Amino acid sequence: MSLLEIRNLQVKYGAITALKGVSISVEPGQIVTMIGANGAGKSTLLRAVSGLIKACAGNVVFEGVDITNLPAHRVVALGISHAPEGRMIFANLSVRENLEMGAYPRANKGEIGHDLERVFSLFPRLKERFKQSGGTLSGGEQQMLAIGRAMMARPRMLLLDEPSLGIGPILVKAIFETIVEINRELGMTILLVEQNAHQALKIAQYGYVLETGHIALEGSAGDIARNEQIRKAYLGEA
Amino acid sequence: MRLDRSVIFLAVAVLASALATLFEKSINPYYFQIIIYIGINIILASSLNLINGFAGQFSLGHAGFMAVGAYTAAVITTSLGVTRGSIFAIPVLALALLLAGLMASIFGLIVGIPSLRLKGDYLAITTLGFGEIIRVIVQNLDFLGAARGFTGIPKLANSFWVFSTAALVIFLIYNLVNSTYGKAFLAVRDDEIAAEAVGISSTRIKVVAFVTGAFFAGVAGGLYGHFVTYLNPMQFSFLKSFEIVVMVIIGGMGSIIGVILSATLLTILPEALRTVSQYRMVIYSLLLVIIMLTRPQGLFVRRRLFKRGSTPKTEIS
Ligand SMILES: Nc1ncnc2c1ncn2[C@@H]1O[C@H](COP(=O)(O)OP(=O)(O)OP(=O)(O)O)[C@@H](O)[C@H]1O
Ligand SMILES: [Mg+2]
Repeated sequence: MSLLEIRNLQVKYGAITALKGVSISVEPGQIVTMIGANGAGKSTLLRAVSGLIKACAGNVVFEGVDITNLPAHRVVALGISHAPEGRMIFANLSVRENLEMGAYPRANKGEIGHDLERVFSLFPRLKERFKQSGGTLSGGEQQMLAIGRAMMARPRMLLLDEPSLGIGPILVKAIFETIVEINRELGMTILLVEQNAHQALKIAQYGYVLETGHIALEGSAGDIARNEQIRKAYLGEA
Repeated sequence: MRLDRSVIFLAVAVLASALATLFEKSINPYYFQIIIYIGINIILASSLNLINGFAGQFSLGHAGFMAVGAYTAAVITTSLGVTRGSIFAIPVLALALLLAGLMASIFGLIVGIPSLRLKGDYLAITTLGFGEIIRVIVQNLDFLGAARGFTGIPKLANSFWVFSTAALVIFLIYNLVNSTYGKAFLAVRDDEIAAEAVGISSTRIKVVAFVTGAFFAGVAGGLYGHFVTYLNPMQFSFLKSFEIVVMVIIGGMGSIIGVILSATLLTILPEALRTVSQYRMVIYSLLLVIIMLTRPQGLFVRRRLFKRGSTPKTEIS
C-alpha cells in the first residue's frame, strides 16, 4: 500500500483552477519529487495535502485513511508535516521555541529533548543560534529551521516546499544531503517540491512533472532526468 | 522569573495587599481611589494584553466584558443583600466575582467564535460594535437601572481584593505565556498559517485567549462596581475600551511588566495633570502622540521586535 495516495485532486482559488485533477502516489521510505515551472501548482498540491487549503474534488489518502480537507492541525497529528514555501518561521520566537512548537501536537513530550538534539546534529548551525529569534536568522538558516521544525512532530511523511529557494550553491548541496540523511537514517518518507530539478532528481527515487495543474509526466527519477523534453525545459539544456 | 519565583511574587503581593487594607483609613480618600483604579486598570490592561499582545487579535470591546462582569456581580450581591462587614461579605464577593468572570467569558465565547475569523481592522470594528451593543442593551434594561444607573451596591472591594486579583492575573498570564501552550499564542500572532502547519489550531488558541481575557475583564468590572457602588452604562463606553487599548500599546504589546507600568502611569497621569492645567486632556493626548512617535514598540520595551540578535522577552522582570 502506498503511504500517500492522491486521487484526481482539484483545487480552485476563486475562478482560477490551480489543480485540475492530480493523481500521485508516494511509496513508504521513498523520496519523491515534484518538479514544475512557476505557477504549475506544486505548492498548492502540498497545501491541499496538509490541509492549509481545501480541495474541491478528489481524495487524499494517508496510510489508508481518507484525510481530504481535514484541518491542518489534525493532519499534523496524523503524521504529515509540512515545511511551507517561504519558510514561515515564527519571527518572534527563538530557534529553540520554533522547534518546540514543531512538537506541539505530540502527545508524548518526554523525548522532545532527544529530538532537539537530533535536529541540532543535522543542523549544527541551529544549535549555535538556539536563543536567537527566528526572524533574525539568515535565509538559509531559516530554511534549516523550517525543516527541523517539521521534523519535530516525528512525522512519517515530510512535505518540503522548495528547500533550496534563495540559498547559495554550497548550502543547497548541504541541505540536499541532509534531506537524504533524514530519509535514510530516520526513515521519513519525503515529498519534495523543487525548482532545482537537477538536484531533486539526483536524490529522489521517483518523480512527477507538474504543468499548469496537471501531471505531464511521471517515472523513476533516472528516467525523468534522461527525458529529452525535461532536459530542455527543466534542466537548462539546449 | 521561573515558576517558583512567580509563586513567591504571588504570595508576597497577596500578603502586601492584605496588609494594605489596614492603612486604607489613613490614606486620603482621593489618593486611595486612584490607587484602586490603578489595580483595576492593571487587571483590565493585562487581560487585554493576552488577547491583543500575545495572541495578536486586536479587540476593541474590552469595556463590554467589563460591563457584563460589573452588572453580574452587582446583581448577585445586591439580591443576596450582603452588607459591608457582614460575615458573608467575603464568600459572597468571591462568588460574585467568579460568576462575573464566567458570565463575561460566556459573552467572550459568543462574540469570539464568529468574529475571530476576521482579522485586523475587521475584528477591531466588530468587537467595538459588540461593546457598544452591550452598553445599549444595559441602558434599556430596567432591572439593571437602565440609563439612570444601578445604585446601592455594597462597597465590598478593597485593596486586598483588587491587588491580589491583579497579582493573580499577572501570575496566571506569566505562567501561561511561558508554557508550551502559551507559546502557541505567540506562534499564532507571528504567523497563523505556519501555526496551523505545525499542528496548532489557531481558531482554538484565539478563542481561548479571548475567553480568558474576557473573564478577567469581567472580574475587574465586578471589583469596580463594588468599589464605586454605582454603575452607569456610560462608564463602559468605547472610550473605556480605547483607554485600555492605549495602556496595552504604550506598555508594549506582549510585555507583561510594560503593561503594568503603563496602566499605572496612564491612571495617574490624567489625575496629576488635573492639578496643573485645565488643558490636561490636551497635554495627555499630546504625550500619547509623542510616545507613539518616539517609542512605537511601547514605552517600557527595551528593544524593538525583529532587531538582530534580540529575543523579545515575555518576562516579568
Ligand atoms: N492564494 C492564492 N490566490 C489566488 N491564486 C493563487 C493563490 N495561490 C496560488 N495561486 C495561483 O495558483 C497557481 C499555482 O500556484 P502555486 O503556488 O501552487 O504554484 P507553484 O508551482 O508552487 O509555483 P512556484 O514554483 O512559483 O512556487 C498559480 O497560478 C497562482 O497564481
Ligand atoms: Mg510554490
